[in-house]
Amino acid sequence: MSNSLRIQYLISDEDFTRAGEASGDVKAKLKMMGVNPEVIRKVSIAMYEGEINMVIHANGGVIDVIITEKDITMILKDKGPGIKDLDLAMQAGYSTASENVRALGFGAGMGLPNMKKYSDEMNIETEIGVGTTVTMKVFF
Amino acid sequence: MGDFYTSVHLDRDLCKGCINCIKRCPTEAIRVRNGKAVITKEFCIDCGECIRICKNHAKLATTDSIENISNYKYVVALPAPSLYAQANNLDDINIVLTALKDMGFDDVFEVSAAAELVSSVSRRYVEEHQDQWPLISTACPSVVRLIRVRFPNLIEHMLPIKPPIELAAEMARHIAIEKTGLKSEDIGIFFISPCPAKVTSVKFPIGYEKSDVDQVVAIKDIYPKLIASMTKVVEENRIEDLSRSGRIGIGWGRIGGEAAGLLTDSYLAADGIENVIKVLEDLEDQKFLKVPSFIELNACTGGCVGGVLQVENPFLAIVKLKSLRKYLPVAKTHEAPFPVHPEWTEKVEYQPVFKLGTNMLESLTKMSQVDELCQKFPGLDCGSCGAPTCKALAEDIVRGIANEKDCIHILKQFIHKLSDEFSQL
Repeated sequence: MSNSLRIQYLISDEDFTRAGEASGDVKAKLKMMGVNPEVIRKVSIAMYEGEINMVIHANGGVIDVIITEKDITMILKDKGPGIKDLDLAMQAGYSTASENVRALGFGAGMGLPNMKKYSDEMNIETEIGVGTTVTMKVFF
Repeated sequence: MGDFYTSVHLDRDLCKGCINCIKRCPTEAIRVRNGKAVITKEFCIDCGECIRICKNHAKLATTDSIENISNYKYVVALPAPSLYAQANNLDDINIVLTALKDMGFDDVFEVSAAAELVSSVSRRYVEEHQDQWPLISTACPSVVRLIRVRFPNLIEHMLPIKPPIELAAEMARHIAIEKTGLKSEDIGIFFISPCPAKVTSVKFPIGYEKSDVDQVVAIKDIYPKLIASMTKVVEENRIEDLSRSGRIGIGWGRIGGEAAGLLTDSYLAADGIENVIKVLEDLEDQKFLKVPSFIELNACTGGCVGGVLQVENPFLAIVKLKSLRKYLPVAKTHEAPFPVHPEWTEKVEYQPVFKLGTNMLESLTKMSQVDELCQKFPGLDCGSCGAPTCKALAEDIVRGIANEKDCIHILKQFIHKLSDEFSQL
């Protein structure tokens, strides 16, 4: 048998109360694996940010998580509007969030920067009108 | 490390093997095996929720007997502030304190007096350690135990200061030795406790090596005798002036009291074990945009007044504490008359008790097995197998302590299959 665990999470859109369920589940799994707490912290923050982004910007989507003995890969795929200016989006503090979303405490412009900061490898593929796929990897 | 004593235990004869406790336990520490509840000590945080829910009174807290005062030459009672909220129409704490002396104690030392010192030490610590914000209260032993096994990333945020009970015990012993000239072992320090978690923290402290408390007596056990003594003391009009605590100290008996003692508005206070877990999870995920300087967490609803060894309704107890505090000064105990040691002396280590395997590869394999098993189970979380959820059963199976056929739904399928095969013979 293969030494990896694959889990798929469907991220529902426009439901802030459910955002964080997927990253919460991954966090619980990593704790049961005995992964270093500092690494768990990185993974859960990076994935939570990604999950929230999918809810806010992209009408939800799918997150595939692959856990091996050595690392975790999170593939966040959405069919949202795509990111117009990736360089700008990567800047800390830059946000397209509406007042509504900001009022909820989101939209501080730290989503993508934090995902980059807390993952060891990050790759973004985005196309306007088609969607975005963010792949993050964290080594154990 | 790795001390996993628990005060909560089972009376096997009374246990009917129902599923109430397994469903209520916040750390999924209980299973029903062979018709009886079994507590996994490593998972148990002594919150007492199972004691609360058990209709058959089969869950008990190990506490000490007040009869043990005869084992010492000099005994001091340490009443928890929440004790004052157990009596009706109490307007003078001295009645409770004098009554305790009447019950055979040579002296009393209020935990709430020590709490005022802990408040001032904590206030200074919180101010001086902004890098550690939010500092999480460590006065509730269940919360400390929960963080130790489940929230490794929050250990560094724990306030490294002993709970008021420990400082009270240290001071009471010091005073008793000075007063009597007796040896330390001849002095018995008795804590009058609202909960089983305090028993555990006395036997196996976390953050410091040894407790200064000798015996822990349950409030509910001394209650009838205490009320009788209080009545007597009032009737005979011989109330002694013993109380050394003000509003801050007494306030510690309920949720928000410890935070109020820090004299800051930047705090979060949560009570009830499920709420505590939710706060810790969100905190760990850095979901709080603006972190408060201090987080007070109490496993029991209402705080210590909600302890499972209390008598009074916790909400009514809060009302009573409020009226008791009304005409008191903010604090009465400002500094210790001799050097005391409120700081933690030991580093707290994360105890990954929920880990599935001995290494990453084994854990990973086992986790895949858990996922596969969960697909097979109906997901009803009915508890009939003795585990609180289907997932918990799956984990037990891969840990080798349960069997797939413990699930009655799987067993039913199996029997159907067998009978089909029989009929075709």
